[in-house]
Amino acid sequence: MKMIKKTLVAAIASTLMAGGAQATISDNEIRIGYLADMSGMYRDLAGPNGLEALRMAVEDFGGEVNGARITVVSADDRNSPDVASSTVRQWVESDGVDMVAGLVASSVSIAATRILEQSNRLGIVSGSAASSITNEHCTANHIHYVYDTYPLAHGTAKAVVDEGGDDWFILTADYAFGHALEGDVRSVVEANGGKVSQAVRHPFPTSDFSSFILQAQTSGSNVVALANAGSDTINAITTAGEFGLTQSGQTLAALLLFLNDVHALGVETAQGIQLTTGWYWDMDDDARAWADRFYERTNVRPSMVQAGIYSSTMHYLNAVKEAGTDEAQAVRAQMIATPINDMFAKGGYIREDGRMVHDMYLAEVKKPAESTGEWDLYKIIRTIPGDQAYRPLSESQCKLVNN
Amino acid sequence: MTMLFGVPLAVLYGQLLLGLINGAFYALLSLGLAVIFGLLKIINFAHGALYMLGALCAVVLLNTLGVNYWVALILSPVLVGIFGIFLERFLLRRIAHEDHIYSLLLTFGIALVIQGVFTNIYGVSGMRYPIPEALRGGVNLGFMFLPYYRAWVIVAALVVCFGTWFMIEKTKLGSYLRAGTENAKLMQAFGINVPLLVTLTYGFGVMLAAFAGVLAAPIYSVSPVMGANLLIVVFAVVVIGGMGSIIGAVLTGLGMGIIEGLTKVFYPEASSTVIFLVMVVVLLLRPAGLFGKEA
Repeated sequence: MKMIKKTLVAAIASTLMAGGAQATISDNEIRIGYLADMSGMYRDLAGPNGLEALRMAVEDFGGEVNGARITVVSADDRNSPDVASSTVRQWVESDGVDMVAGLVASSVSIAATRILEQSNRLGIVSGSAASSITNEHCTANHIHYVYDTYPLAHGTAKAVVDEGGDDWFILTADYAFGHALEGDVRSVVEANGGKVSQAVRHPFPTSDFSSFILQAQTSGSNVVALANAGSDTINAITTAGEFGLTQSGQTLAALLLFLNDVHALGVETAQGIQLTTGWYWDMDDDARAWADRFYERTNVRPSMVQAGIYSSTMHYLNAVKEAGTDEAQAVRAQMIATPINDMFAKGGYIREDGRMVHDMYLAEVKKPAESTGEWDLYKIIRTIPGDQAYRPLSESQCKLVNN
Repeated sequence: MTMLFGVPLAVLYGQLLLGLINGAFYALLSLGLAVIFGLLKIINFAHGALYMLGALCAVVLLNTLGVNYWVALILSPVLVGIFGIFLERFLLRRIAHEDHIYSLLLTFGIALVIQGVFTNIYGVSGMRYPIPEALRGGVNLGFMFLPYYRAWVIVAALVVCFGTWFMIEKTKLGSYLRAGTENAKLMQAFGINVPLLVTLTYGFGVMLAAFAGVLAAPIYSVSPVMGANLLIVVFAVVVIGGMGSIIGAVLTGLGMGIIEGLTKVFYPEASSTVIFLVMVVVLLLRPAGLFGKEA
């Protein structure tokens, strides 16, 4: 009896020691927290279907990394930085969450990454647009994956200025994202010889845009640009149509438009609108194949954000596997060292400031006659190479970059 | 061009007109709230959700049965009104004798449930409802381009508001309603079916919300969350006008639309706050509201 006990103790001790030598994955479990707007105006571009994309990645990875189980928790941030801060704090301090994914409203991402920096965990921002997230708000604890306001401005705004739109009226959502986008657009327009005559900031969210559209109509500018997102953009475009904005000779430029927005507007209303996107489900075979699998699970085509969530989660899990640890800095270094070639990006890479650099696309919404189906919405006009699309490191104010 | 505070007068006219149109929505919604509060003493937090149901119902009727706008304008409020009658009969009546706070919490809960269920089904990107054929296009007024549909909104809203006021203040049915809320027991003794009257009144208030919803469908994106933001503003309007005052609700609704519209020109950042600012000032100076009777 004593013998058995001794053997048992020895066996346990040796397992523990062996475990101690390898198990650099904390708690022998990888915990991913998915934080996104699950019920408000940004729900459809990430939301529950983004969580589904994350789950697809975990399943495709096999549900474990080096023997450590992968678990996913999720929460609704309700587009509130306060809710985001307290959720992330609880996740890292008491629930042992290793990585936070999703992150949609820019104000939410900025608040969440601050907590992640304090506690040295990792965040992958897929939904947010503000370029300040890897500029003045950069940290060594997050990566900005899908797109930001810099390529949105450089893609769409430059295309519009090139076609003669030199006098701009900007309608801006009054919070971090809108301000960042307005700033980026202003610099592009001015650098290309145009001017911004007026920028009006509307409360977030706004349902009635008639008053702002009327101001735009009477402004005398030849371009009316929308520096907002989600239902704000949809409402603004609808109202512009109702008030005959484009018939009176003004160009309407939507700077951030997601696939689900265009789907909601319909090709009849949205036809001809040019937009910049980081990914489109029908752009190549890899994208289509993944989008088909996504469609089987969700009955919708994925937005660039949902595709980015899948791709970035895969990239993260691969990095954890390679590095053999879930320690944030080691994983981040591994993610930076590995190029990204998958259904989302070809030849993508992550810079020291946390920006994932990959090709962006200038797209145009198809005309009703060209569109063959409910989700056949874009034609890609031009590819904007990654190194031209994003803000160069030489202009960076990020504290991680030596300038 | 003539200027006022640095803004061309022509622009100002346009904004005043638009403010009046938005005010028409506030008026319709706050009218329903005022009727329900004035006669039933229920603080109906489900009003925004019922407004949304009205719009959504019109979209679903169009997409599945091909029901056109004009029919939906009647049919959708009737359907949502019947739903409202069920709510009153099976839920609200059970707590009719409790404190106001119970009906407030119950209707708030109902609103969250309705909104959550439909968000799950339809998402939040919103659906489009085409502007009816007869009201497409618009007219150039010189100082602005006025879409016909917006003009129709203000006419329809004012007619309904006036009709409601007339019915409650000037008809026999209205006098029953008012008497029933003063002294239900006595009314019952006279052989009037007061519970039925209460149920129908709630149903009518709900119909007003759904009617506003159908009016809004072609110009706003129809989504399950469309009522949530509006509701708080409309409550502020009701408080400013004086809880339960019908004429107060209508006039304040129109007035607040105009104030909000002007704020959008002079200081757009504050346009979502200005109504609450007015509310604070009114509550400080006249706690019963502009048209309320001092208790």
